[in-house]
Order: sequence, then structure tokens, then C-alpha cells
Amino acid sequence: MTNSWTDIKNTDLVIIMGGNAAEAHPCGFKWVTEAKHNRGAKLIVVDPRFNRSASVADYYAPIRPGSDIAFLMGVIRWCIENDKVQWDYVRNFTNMSYLVREDFGWQDGMFTGYDEETRNYDQESWEYQIGEDGYVLTDETLQNPRCVWNLLKAHVDVYTPEFVEKVCGTPKERFLKICEMIGECSTPDKTMTSMYALGWTQHSKGAQNIRGMAMLQLLLGNIGVPGGGMNALRGHSNIQGLTDVGLMSNLIPGYLAMPKDSEPDFETYMSTRANAPLRPNQMSYWQNYRKFMVSFMKSMWGDNATAQNGWGYDWLPKLDVAEYDGMRMFDMMSKGEVNVYFCQGFNPILSFPNRGKLTEAFSRLKLLVVMDPLETETAAFWENHGAYNDVDSASIQTEVLELPTTCFAEDEGATVNSGRWLQWHWKGATQPGTAKTDNEIMANIYQRVRKLYEEEGGKVPEPVLNVAWDYADPLHPTAEELAKELNGKALADLTDPADPETVLRPAGQQISGFGELRDDGTTAGACWIYAGCWTEDGNMMGRRDNSDPSGMGVHQNWSFAWPANRRILYNRASCDLDGRPWDPERVLIEWNGERWVGPDVPDIAVTANPREVGPFIMNPEGTSRFFSRRLMRDGPFPTHMEPFESPVANPLNPSMRGNPVARIFERDLADLGTSDEFPLVATSYRLTEHFHYWTKHNVTNAVTQPEFFVEISEELAAEKGIQKGGRVRVWSNRGQVWAKAVVTRRIRPMVCDGKTIHVVGIPIHWGFKGAARKGFGPNTLGPVVGDANISTPEFKAFLVNIEPAEGGAIA
Amino acid sequence: MKDLAPEPTTAQANPPVQPMESNLLPSDVVRVSATSNVPQPERQLTKVAKLIDVSKCIGCKACQAACVEWNDTHPALEENVGVYDNPHDLTPEMFTLMRFTEYENPQTGDFEWLIRKDGCMHCEDPGCLKACPAPGAIVQYSNGIVDFISDNCIGCGYCVQGCPFDIPRIHKTAHVSKKCTLCSDRVAVGQGPACAKACPTECISFGTKEDMIAKAEGRIEDLKSRGYDNAGLYDPQGVGGTHVMYVLHHADQPSLYAGLPDDPQISPLVQGWKGPAKTAGMAVAGLAAAGAVLHGLLARPNEVSEHEEQEAEVLVDQGGRDNDGGQA
Repeated sequence: MTNSWTDIKNTDLVIIMGGNAAEAHPCGFKWVTEAKHNRGAKLIVVDPRFNRSASVADYYAPIRPGSDIAFLMGVIRWCIENDKVQWDYVRNFTNMSYLVREDFGWQDGMFTGYDEETRNYDQESWEYQIGEDGYVLTDETLQNPRCVWNLLKAHVDVYTPEFVEKVCGTPKERFLKICEMIGECSTPDKTMTSMYALGWTQHSKGAQNIRGMAMLQLLLGNIGVPGGGMNALRGHSNIQGLTDVGLMSNLIPGYLAMPKDSEPDFETYMSTRANAPLRPNQMSYWQNYRKFMVSFMKSMWGDNATAQNGWGYDWLPKLDVAEYDGMRMFDMMSKGEVNVYFCQGFNPILSFPNRGKLTEAFSRLKLLVVMDPLETETAAFWENHGAYNDVDSASIQTEVLELPTTCFAEDEGATVNSGRWLQWHWKGATQPGTAKTDNEIMANIYQRVRKLYEEEGGKVPEPVLNVAWDYADPLHPTAEELAKELNGKALADLTDPADPETVLRPAGQQISGFGELRDDGTTAGACWIYAGCWTEDGNMMGRRDNSDPSGMGVHQNWSFAWPANRRILYNRASCDLDGRPWDPERVLIEWNGERWVGPDVPDIAVTANPREVGPFIMNPEGTSRFFSRRLMRDGPFPTHMEPFESPVANPLNPSMRGNPVARIFERDLADLGTSDEFPLVATSYRLTEHFHYWTKHNVTNAVTQPEFFVEISEELAAEKGIQKGGRVRVWSNRGQVWAKAVVTRRIRPMVCDGKTIHVVGIPIHWGFKGAARKGFGPNTLGPVVGDANISTPEFKAFLVNIEPAEGGAIA
Repeated sequence: MKDLAPEPTTAQANPPVQPMESNLLPSDVVRVSATSNVPQPERQLTKVAKLIDVSKCIGCKACQAACVEWNDTHPALEENVGVYDNPHDLTPEMFTLMRFTEYENPQTGDFEWLIRKDGCMHCEDPGCLKACPAPGAIVQYSNGIVDFISDNCIGCGYCVQGCPFDIPRIHKTAHVSKKCTLCSDRVAVGQGPACAKACPTECISFGTKEDMIAKAEGRIEDLKSRGYDNAGLYDPQGVGGTHVMYVLHHADQPSLYAGLPDDPQISPLVQGWKGPAKTAGMAVAGLAAAGAVLHGLLARPNEVSEHEEQEAEVLVDQGGRDNDGGQA
């Protein structure tokens, strides 16, 4: 989230699209009801199903799964055409006036630079025109045909309301009504908030869905303002923390990049990360990258990291591919290229696409270690449960070890919520049996592996032997010790650069913020964005003062929000060019002539003159981007792409399948189905009654939703002869499931380009373990292809077929 | 000496942590089933109410889960029968239930998904109590809560007949009638009902009836501003008003909401039953003295024996509903 849960109460309009907050985030949804109740805010829901959020919405429109970009570009087009633009914001805080290179272009749904062989774009042309002074060329009059504004206008021109209706199946009058409601938020004193979740990410172009809405929010002047923003509702408890601390193959903590093969030494790694400002006087915050990276390595290797050895850079892994994400790992596993797999807090047999392939992959492992508080389907992948897990146990030779862990309530630590709040929790119960904390298990494994290296040697022992391990009990690092390490500390006396006699921070003390981190090895900090979470004043995450003097939902003394306890990112943009709040009724910060003051922590240097420094300091140009330079693999503007499995061709380019740069492995390409055999669009989702695959182990939750079902329209049911509550078989080119049929008017057939499109809704909560009835998940059916930028599986739009099933799931 | 617990005015506040004496006393009982000579109460408790704002309900069933947890009931694991309602009906083990209705609004042409939390309405004029032939099985406190006292219940089911909302359910093995108590045991110690405490959107709130009516008025105004011209409060006068009230978007058509009665009345049969027939019923029951009845109130239902019966039933049931997904 750019904003916070509590800030949603400040909004005038909530749009839930690409998510279902009432269903999947019922507790957070309370802030929507607060906004409605106290501010008279309106709620729009755009979703393939009339869902629980829609049940309390002011306006609903259906949309075909996987067509969100067309809808969003259509809204942008409408706003431009009807002058629903927050001009002061757009002119000053975005790259609208910047000139783009002459050789950049877009045609037939594709951008310049595409190479079909490598399924990749050469992004050379996706760049600004840079002047001799190193700064970007601009045209404040917006007349130059190469300025971003004119390129954007041309780009969205195709997305007329008629085009939107044809592609999305959204009735034109519903689309236009939503445009009008959104357009009202282009004034400085009205804001819209976007709440989205996996309904946008689980697509082969998920990141572009989100960019589409981010661009619309920029157009309306709604980024960095109270009641606005791009608010990703994280689906797992602490999944925000997972990405923050870099539990991704291509990240290290604090969203720093894992080194690549092509970056053999630290200076080469740093050479592409200079981030020189692209505008005069601009603050470009990533110029501090070296401080964060060196401090991370000092935290990782301790005294072993020195200037001479590049701070231990050699001991970090180097990626030979873009990422070793789940899809790649399971593909390698299915080919017998992986021997041992540690599966920690993850139940891929129910959550990852193409379950058949996963079962094959796990069957080829020598050892599978599962760390979980519950008995998971993954740990039992080898057990035969009839049709529910139809495997030949005798033929599976994989050894499975289950290491029972504590659950969240049986351990202390911080959980990071969607609003980036690190909320400390305390142990509430003692774990049963032999369960241990994840920390203790991992420390024990580490110490044993370390001992093996010490005693027996081995290839490249340094990364294991050089790790700093300064915990009181080496076999059980505590949550407190780890939190302090993430925060960072001074390794030597930190003196004032202006006055070397003045010690700002004595050696050994916890730092109070990432501004104290240095690139000379005198500071350690495992995750720069968490700096400030555990300072000399103690555990900031454990703070529980819920007072809110400003009434703005800031709650500055409740827990700790990264970065720097800032509750709303880019909040400098909540004020005009002179530092006056756009809306005097909703003040986060303001410029008092000398400094920025207000209830929130300013997202800019506290003395930075508002006319000199742009608000988006993480970009070297200081502005936010309608035209994204180089960061997105699939284009600087979102362009409509069909899902890999789609019932219709892409009208922009009928020969294009899915996202042209999304990675897809050979076997998975062969496993894709087509609409002649699989004419129905399936989409997956959560239900309020359950949390993923956990709560089916709880009797009370199981009672409230006991059995796996799929949802279909009355029209499809009639066409297929399916009865309400009857049993059906649903199958894709990858597998089949049996379910009960919920026949409902909440799902309606849509008409896209004259073709009737039926949607099959498939919730995710059942398996063959736990207290609920045995069932399946959509992952048996889903395709193994993910987003081009971050590889999130395309679970929200794929093809299936359905028929009534008489005997049910008999193996 | 412990303090008397305060009368709760909200379900949101955290409860007092120090031990407190119950503030629902036998002397606060104003009506007792099959008993005519109830002593005049020494005090009048503030009338309470639970307000269910249907327009804020997202159907999450947190209220159902909280009800199961607090009351330690054990509803059966049923099947999916093609709807979101689970269990499919109120049961002796499920005192409250989300009922989902799909509705095409002919005025607006819009589709609506109406979700109503069903359960005991705690009538000011309770038909169940009137119909009940067992002395002391049903009581009403001066704050409006209608409570079933299982120890005095004979499981005859007349209360089901008497209820205009079809709420009580007879436990097949324990032979007692069960329904929502408005968490009288929580209210007695200064807390609001478990469902209201658990509700994430504050669709369910609890407090004095006066406060709840005032709160409802604000909500109705908001709904009218959003085009629901017929928004209103459901506090049906046919049963003297209720201590569970709804804010409805379509208050002119309560029956849209899974058959909520448009104008609930106590069945004339039950009203008639109040005469000679009831006296006969009381004779059968032994015409216990009011004092004895109230003594029964002091000793709360013996949950142990009942719970044992339930467990026995679950064990018996398990033979038939082994976790095989219903495929056998």
C-alpha cells in the first residue's frame, strides 16, 4: 500500500477492482464502511462476479477476467477527453512534459524492440531524450509530439467505450457511469482510493494492470494524498514482510537486487545503480544504494566483510537466470534437476498451478522437508486419497520429513501488514508436541551444515563459514536479536561529516533511521527500510498508542511503519507546488516556509524547498511516471494483452498469445488449452469463511463453508443441464476436479465481440487434509505461466470445461 | 465484595478485567413462562437492543463463528447444497445464520445480494414465552432479553409454534429448545454479544435500545441519500417491538430478506392458548411455585450433562459422516 488501512476512511470514492476486499480482507474492509458511513464515500466494484464487496457497493460493473487493462486505459482516455485531469498535479509531479526518444513506438499491440526468438524487448528506445547536461528534455507546453502527454493520448486512443465493451464485456453505460464517478475525483479536494489484490496480480500481465490504475491515479492527482493511493491488499499474513526482507530468489532485503552472473564484482554491480538525478537539484534517493548494500553485507558477514574483499560480495549468490522462482524450480524438479527441497510455510500442492506436474516433480526429489504448523497436502503428496489425490504411493521414493513449527500465536515477532506497519506480537500460547520456531529449526540446520563444512571442507565453503552469527544461543536466535539486526547498528563511532569531533552515534548503538547508514563499513543493517524499528529507545514495533490527534488515521505511535515511520508514501505530493495541502481539510504535511511539518513524516528532506525538489525522490527525475522507463519488461505503457488461455483473440493483434514477453516453459506451453475444447473462462478466489488452506483444519470454519464448489450462471447451468447443488466435473488441459455447483445470478454471461463468454468461479480452500470435506483447488486446473515481471501465476483467467457428474469423484 | 457489572452500552469496548457480579438478577425477570405470579421487579434495567445494519453486512459469518465459539456449540459439518448458507438452517447448535438472497430490483434494474443475519429477535411480547407450558423454561428480563432456561425446558416445541420468526430449534437428543440468548451471560457481566464484538464492519452493534434507534436513523438517512428511498428500521410493533432490530434498504418489503415477516404477529392459536388450555398445561407440569422457578434461574443450566449428550451424538454421527467428502 502507498497509504494505510486506517487512511481509507479519508477517501471520497473507493474502487475495488482486481480484488474483493469485503470477501478476502473483511477486517480491513471496515475502513471502507467508515468512509461510507462518515464521509459519504461511494464504493465501486468491478469484478467478473457480483461478490461480497459488490453486495455493499454503490455501483457494480462486470468485467471479463483478464481484460482490466482495456478497462483502465478506457477510463484514462475518457478522463483526458473530458478534461478530468488534476492539471496542477500532473504538470508538476509527473513526467507528462518529458520528451521520449524518436525511435520509441507502439504498433499492433507491441512496442519497439521486440525479439520473438528471446521473447524479450530491447528497451533501448524506451527512454527519455537526454540533453547534453545529462538532464531530460521537456516541453512544458505539451505541444511537442514526443512528449509523454501526446504519446499517452495516442496510446489510449483505441480504448473507446465501444472497444471496452467489446473486449471487457462491460456494458457501455455501466462503464461510462463509472468513468463519471471516477472523473469527479480529479479535483484537488476529492480523492479516490484503489484497493486491489491478487485479482490483478495473478495474470500474465499483472504488473501492467496495476500500472494502469497507478497512471489513472496520477491523472487524478491521487498519489501521495490522504484517501488516495495504490493500495495492494496483501493476501497472506506477513507476505508484505516476506517481500520486504527479500525472500525472493532475485532480491535481498530492502528490495535490493540479488547480483547476477554478469556482475562479477561489487563495483560492476554498483555501476548500473548510480541513479544520477535527471532534473536539476533533484534528490535521487537511490544514490544511497551503496550505503544500504554495504551495510547489508556487513550485517551478513560481520568482520569478514572488508573494503578489500568488496564487503564479501563474492560470497553472495549470482543469478545465471532472471530468477529461480517457484515455476522454474518446479520445472527443474520435474526434470529431475533438483534433489532436495525445503518447503517452509508453503503448500504448493494446493497453491501452485498444474498440480499434476507438481506431484510428478515432488516424486522425483530425493528429499522433501516440510516446515509447517499443520499437516499439509504437500507433506502428504505421496498418500493416496482416491480421486482427491490419485497417486501410486508405492512408486514414489521421495523421503519426506515434516518439521512441525509453531504458528504465529505461539511465537513472538513482527508481522508486516499491507500498510507497511511492523506490528509486534507476543507469544500467546505454548506450541504442542515437539513443534519449534522456524528460527530454531533453521539455526539448527545451519549449525550442522556449518560443522560439516568445518570438519569435511567442501566446495565454496566461504558463504557458509563467513556468516556472522552473533546470537546468545547459536541454536536459537530470538526474534528480538533478529529484529535488532534488521534495524542496524553503528560498528564504529559515527562522527559528523562536518565536524569529525562530534560523535553522532557511538559504536554499538542501534541506529534510529537509514539516514545513519554508511558505505564505509562502519554500519551494519540487514534491511535498510526497516531501520528505525528497534532503536536505542527500544522496540518501536511494540508501540500500542492508538491516539490520532490529527484525526487523519496516522496513528504515529502505533507500531512502526517503514520507511521511517511514514504512513503515506510520496506524501509530499499531497501539497501543491508551494507546499500547501491540496485539501485544507485533509492535511498530512505542509511547508511552513522553512520546513515540512504535519502529522505524518514527510517523504522528502524536511528542509527541501517545495519549488526545488520534486516529490517522487525514489525516481531520479523526482516525478512520477506515466511513461515507465525501462523498469517494466512488457512496455512503458500498459497495452491490452489477452490471457494465455483466452476465449477471444486480441483485437490489437490477433496473432499474439498472452503476454509476448512472459516466460513460459516448453512443457507448459504444450499444456495450454484452446477455447474450442475449453470454452469457459475460469477464475480463482478466496471466500471469507476460510483463510487459504489453513482454516479447513478448524471445525468452526469448516462448518461455515464445508465443501468445495464452483460457481456458474443460471444460463450456463441450463445449457449444460447442471442442477443447483448438483455435482459437476470441471476440467482443463491439465487436470480435472469434481465439485458442487453453486448456480447463481451473481455471475452472468458476458458478450465480448458478439461471443457469449461464461465464467466459472473456483474458490481455493479445499484439499484432502483437515476438518472440512475433501475437495480440490483451482491449481489442479491452472496454467503454469506467470506475470512477465514477477512470475505470479495466471490463476485469474484460464480455460476450462464443465459437465454434470453423476457418481462424483470416484477414483 | 465484587462490584456489580455495569450494564453494557456497546459491544466494541473491551470488557472490564476485574471479576464482577452478574447484573442480571433473578429479580430482574419480568416474565416467566407458564407462571402468572412473577414478583414485581425492584428495578427497571435499561432496555437493550442489537442493531443489525443489513446494508453494512458483508456476509462474512464472523458472527456465526463467534456464536459457536462463545456458546461452545457443535454444529454439524454439512454439505454444500448450492448456496452460501451454511449450516443450511438454524439448528440447536447454530443460533444465528447468514441468509443470502439474490434479488433483481425492478425499480432500478440492478441486481442486489441481500444478506441477513437471522436469529432470535427478542420480542418485547415474546410468542415463545406465551406458548411455553413449562414453568421457568423461558424468561424475559426487564432489559428485554428473552432467555431459554434449558433446565426447565421439556422440549415440547410449543415455543417453535409460538415464534413468529421460526427461530427456536429442538435438540433431538437433549430434548431442549435452543436459540440465541442475546449473550445474556455476557451482558450480565458488562459485555455486548459475541456476534457484535466479532463483526468486522460494525454491521452488528449493541447498546441501549434508544441509542440503537438513534444510530439506525443516521444509517437510514445515509441510505436514502444513496437512493434507497424505502430504507427504514425493522422493529415490528406486532410483537411489541423487538430487541434485535434491522436497518433494511427495503424496509417496505422485509420479506425480500429471506422471508423476514412483513408484519409478524403471535399466532392466534398461541394467544388462545394463554387461556384455559395453558392452565391445563401448567397443571401437567406440576404448577411449580414461582419461587422454585426463580431458584432454577439462579442455578444456570447444567451444561455438563447436555454437553455430554451432544458429544455422544457427535460420536454417533461420525459413523455416518466420516470425512470422505460425501462420496461413499
